[in-house]
This record gives sequence, C-alpha cells and structure tokens, in this order.
Amino acid sequence: MEFRILKKRLDVGREFDVFLDKVSEAGLLFKTGVEAYLSDNIDSFEKKIEDIIETEHDGDALRRDLEETLYVQTLIPESRGDVLELLENMDALLDRFKGALWKFNIERPQVIKELNDDFRELTGIVVEAVEAIVRSSRAFFKDLSSVADHIHKVPYWESQSDKIASKLQQTIFRQEGFSLSEKLQLRDFVKHIDKIADRAEDVSDKLRIYVLKRSL
Amino acid sequence: MMFLFFLSSGLFLGWSLGANDASNVFGTAVGSKMVRFRTAAICCSVFIVIGAVISGAGASYTLGKLGSVNAVAGAFIVAFAAAVSVYLMTKLGYPVSTSQAIVGAIIGWNFFSGSLTDYQTLSKIVITWVACPALSAIIALVLYKILAIAIYRLKPDMFRLDSLTRYGLILVGAFGSYSLGANNIANVMGVFVPVSPFADISIFGIFKLTSTQQLFFIGGIAIAVGVLTYSRKVMATVGEGIMELSPISALAVVSAHSLVLFLFASQGLEAFLQGHGLPTIPLVPVSSSQAIVGAVIGLGLLRHGKGIRWRVVGGIGSSWIVTPIIAALLSFISLFFLQNVFEQKTYRPVRYAITSEAMARIQAQGIPLQGTESITGKEFPNAKYFYRALSTLKNIKPEEQAFILTSAEIDPMEVTLERLETIDFDSDWISERKKNDLIKLEGRKFIHKWQLDEALAEISPYWRLRENEKKYNENLKNKLSHIYEKLRYPNQ
Repeated sequence: MEFRILKKRLDVGREFDVFLDKVSEAGLLFKTGVEAYLSDNIDSFEKKIEDIIETEHDGDALRRDLEETLYVQTLIPESRGDVLELLENMDALLDRFKGALWKFNIERPQVIKELNDDFRELTGIVVEAVEAIVRSSRAFFKDLSSVADHIHKVPYWESQSDKIASKLQQTIFRQEGFSLSEKLQLRDFVKHIDKIADRAEDVSDKLRIYVLKRSL
Repeated sequence: MMFLFFLSSGLFLGWSLGANDASNVFGTAVGSKMVRFRTAAICCSVFIVIGAVISGAGASYTLGKLGSVNAVAGAFIVAFAAAVSVYLMTKLGYPVSTSQAIVGAIIGWNFFSGSLTDYQTLSKIVITWVACPALSAIIALVLYKILAIAIYRLKPDMFRLDSLTRYGLILVGAFGSYSLGANNIANVMGVFVPVSPFADISIFGIFKLTSTQQLFFIGGIAIAVGVLTYSRKVMATVGEGIMELSPISALAVVSAHSLVLFLFASQGLEAFLQGHGLPTIPLVPVSSSQAIVGAVIGLGLLRHGKGIRWRVVGGIGSSWIVTPIIAALLSFISLFFLQNVFEQKTYRPVRYAITSEAMARIQAQGIPLQGTESITGKEFPNAKYFYRALSTLKNIKPEEQAFILTSAEIDPMEVTLERLETIDFDSDWISERKKNDLIKLEGRKFIHKWQLDEALAEISPYWRLRENEKKYNENLKNKLSHIYEKLRYPNQ
C-alpha cells in the first residue's frame, strides 16, 4: 500500500507539470489567436478560441484534482497552502488569456494597421512574462535553487509590457478620425492584456516568498 | 500476586513515559502532519517493546548501582513518586523525563533507608544530563547540514522529497522508539529488578527470556499503552513550543534524539569501543526530552538563535532541576507514610560489621587498618552509620572504602535443601551442574555474601568472575543475587 502511495505522489508531480503545460499552451494560443485576429484570419481565430476553451477546461479539471489530492493525501503539509495559492494564481493567468481572447471575439474591435505591430509586441511580451513564471514554478517543484534563474525575468517583461502599453495608448488617443468610444474600447483592450503581465509579476512576488520559506 | 500489585506503580510510570517521552519521538512528525497518529503510535509501541526486551539491560545496570531498592514496597513507592512527579510536570506543560524523576526518587529511598548514594554513579548520571542535550544539539546541527547539502546536490522534486522525508521520519522514529525502549525501560522497571520473583523462561527452546527481560516486556507493554491512549495531544503540541520546525528539521531533530539515546544504551557499542581501547560512553538512562530540546536548540543556533523562545527554554531547564527534587521529597514522604501508617516494609535493613572473617579478607587485600578498634566487632544498623565510622579512619582510599563496605555487609544465609528447592533451576538459567555445586554446600552458613561467592568459586570455575567478560559477569551476579534471595533467613 505504501508503494502505491509513493507512486501516487510521483504522479502528483507529473500532474503539476501537465497543469503548467496548459498554462503555457494557453499563452501560445492567445498569441496565435491575436495574430490571426489582427491579420483578419477569422477562421483560424475561431479555432484558437475553441482550443483555448478546451485548454482552460483541462486546466480547471487538473487544478481541482490536484487540490483534492493535496488535501486527501496530506501531501507537503508545510508548503501546501503556498502550493495551493500558486495553483490558483496560475489558473487565474490561464483564465485571463482565455478571457482576453473571448473579449476579442465578443467585441470584435476595429484595429487599424498602424496599431498591429504594437499589439503583436504587447501580446508577445505578456506571453513571455507568463512563460517566465511558468518556468519559475516548475523550478519551484523540481529544483529550488534554479528558481532564481527564471524568476528575475518576470519583472523585466512586466516593465517592458508597461512601456509598450503606454506607448500604444498614446498612439490610440492621438489617432485622428477615431471616436472617443472607439479609443476607449481599444484602450480597454490594451489594459486588459497588460494586466496579465501585472498579475504574472504579483505571482512571482509571492513565489519568491514561498521559495524563501522552503530554503534550508 | 502482591508483587503484581506493587508493580502497578511501575506500570503507571511506564504509562506516563509512553504518554510523554514517546511523543518526543514522533511528536514533530505528527505535529507537522507528515505522519498519521495511528501509524506513529503503532510503530512506536512495537519498537519500544522490542528495544526494552532486547537491549534494556545496559542502562538498568547503572541505575541499580545508584541504589539497590531491596524491598518490593519500597520499589513501589520509588516508581510511584517518580510517576507522580512526571505526571505533575506534564500537567504543567514541561517536557520532563522519567530519568530525572526516577533518579530523584531513588535518592529519596536511599535517604530513608540509610543506604549510601553512590556519588560516583550519581555524578555520572547528572553529567549525562548536561552532555546529552549538548551532544544532541551538535548531532542535530551536523545532520541538518548533511541533509541540506544532500538535497542541494541531489535535487529531489518537492513530492519525492516529501515522501522520502515521511519514510525517513517513520524509520528514524522506529529507531528512536527502539532506543527509547532500550534506554528508558530502566527507569520504569529498573527498581523492580532486584526484587523480581520471575525466573528465566525458555520459549520453545529457541530463545530465552531472563527474569529481567520478562519484567521489561511488561514495562514495555505499559509504555505502549501510554502511547496509544494518551500521547495524541502531547504529540500534537510538542515541537511547536520552542521553535517551529519544518519536516526536514524534524527529521534532523528526531535522528539526533534517536542516536543519542542509542549511544547511551548500546552495550554492543560499549563492547566495540572497549575492544578497540577507546573511551566508552556510560550506559545511563538519559532523558528523551533533553535530547529533543537539545536538538531543537541546536537547529535554532544555526539561525543564530533567532526564532528560539528562550523563555520556554529557561522554563524547561529549571523544570529539569525541580523534577528530581520533587521526586526525592515525594518518595521520602510516601515511604515514611507507608512504613509508619500502613506498616509495610519499604526496605530490608542492611547491617554492617567487621567480623573476624571480614577482617581477614580486608587484611588479605593489604588495606592498612590502623585504629580500627573503634569499629571492629561493632554492628552498624545501616550503610550510612558504617560509612560515617569508616570515614574517621585515616589513609583509606575511596576504592578501599568500597571494598571494606562490601566485605562488612551482613547477609546471613544458610544452605538447606528446603531453601534450595525454592530456587528456579532451569537448564538455561541455573544448570544441573550448578545445582549440584549448591547441594554440596548443604548445611553451611554464611554471614556475608562474599563468603558464599568464595565457597562456590572454590567448587567450580563456573562460579568465578572472568576478566573482560562483562556480560558473563553480570549474568553470574544476577544468578547469585537470586540465590542470596532464596537462601537468606526469612526474617531478614
């Protein structure tokens, strides 16, 4: 029986890996989805929406299963609270990717060609920020000492995201021929995407403390 | 039957040991939710019993030297006083151990019965009370460092580390329980050893349980019951008092505790060290609480003492001084009541006199006896008076004093067939050949124990002590004290 539990515990580690894969995948889907939208490839965009919904479902199922396993088997009692919080926060990032893509689908904003590059850059940077936190989280489970190699990149991408978001908003509001409502709508999109990087940074701040708590 | 009644206080002491000290072993593991209480309790009980029966003898020998409680009612009170002291301290929330209490209680008995406290043994025990936490702190520190380096190098993932830590805690806990049983059973049952009515039994001829081991088995069961019934709460609170521990720290702490207890109980290690001409570690019942507290402080020092609640540590330290004093007082007062109110014999008075035989033996040893006119031929009611008189003599070294004490101890015996019948003969214990040796002495009377020893040694070499064979000698001494018990005049 004991060995079954041991095996189960190792499975939990793998399950975390799969969950983090989902977060990372959601980022990639978001990036390609936005790319498809910007290049008016609506079929591909709608496909990405379907994919990201599925990914989000998988992520939720994994998260629930992991939460239950951690409690039922009283695994890692000293870090359980921290790990659960990390799990929730990572899942929230995944949801934000999906939400942002959905927002495009619902509102279908008019993005003029001049803004395309900046939008691409913004989404790329945000996805990088999340990638960095995903890598940091993996290291947190596997090798505590290498968390530092990844975690410092999160604030870097976040500040880059801030810069490009400000620039983008300036460009939007200086556009001639845009109504205020259009400007406000586009600004809302920019802020929504930028927020993902902010959240990633919040998660990285917390992760830093979890690491301190676990270090010997 | 009466013996079983008197043994009840020992069982009470065993129970409180189980409820209290056993939580030191698994407390941190259960408290940090790494090991379930049921797993911990079962594992702990089983290994305590095994440890007590297999290697409990080492430390109990030292305790026996501190004071040989020679009447069962006295043993009852000694164990009772110790148990009550431990129980009181537990109620107050101090992690004390039966070791401190029982030593105090025995000294109380020594005072009451006029026996001498062997200060050499006492100081040996008290020194270990300082050495044990210190050693434990150092071991915990080193182990923690080793663990930290190993984890850094091997980089196990969080869940693998988690399960390895759990197995480690159970493994070390089992070892700790074994060591606790081996080391601390002496506290619970040690005082009953000289008055035990049990004879050796052989189980299917495969292995043999000596009378002491049977006693230790019963004591082990009492401890196990303590673990199963009352340790849950203590387990949940221990370890949080001084400093909060992570599972890895808990592993280091429990390992250090177990190693220290093992070091102070292992006859095997002692034989090994002796065999290689190295200094040996005294086999003394040490306190598991002291070992744990020492280890936790050791880890605290790693962080420069931050996080240690020094006020709690101070309280624990002073409780370690107060406990033996309370136990001694309680023991003395209870003995007084039992003797004078309930008219129970709490000790067998041991008289001393330098008879002409004793004189001859002392002189043969080459000990100068000038001015002994004042004490020769005179009878002293107990060891204390005799020792006082002996102290007035000049030019006598301490080891010579000890020799005179054993030579002058009076223990009148007569070898009659009737009394020989009461000795438990058994092929593994006192063999047919040894029985015949005893029959040869029929009709002889002895005033001193050593006279019987010498008479037997003359008949056969099997009755002689051997050099460097500690185990054989201890076994022989056990047999002899069983024989004294049976050949003694009944009114003594």
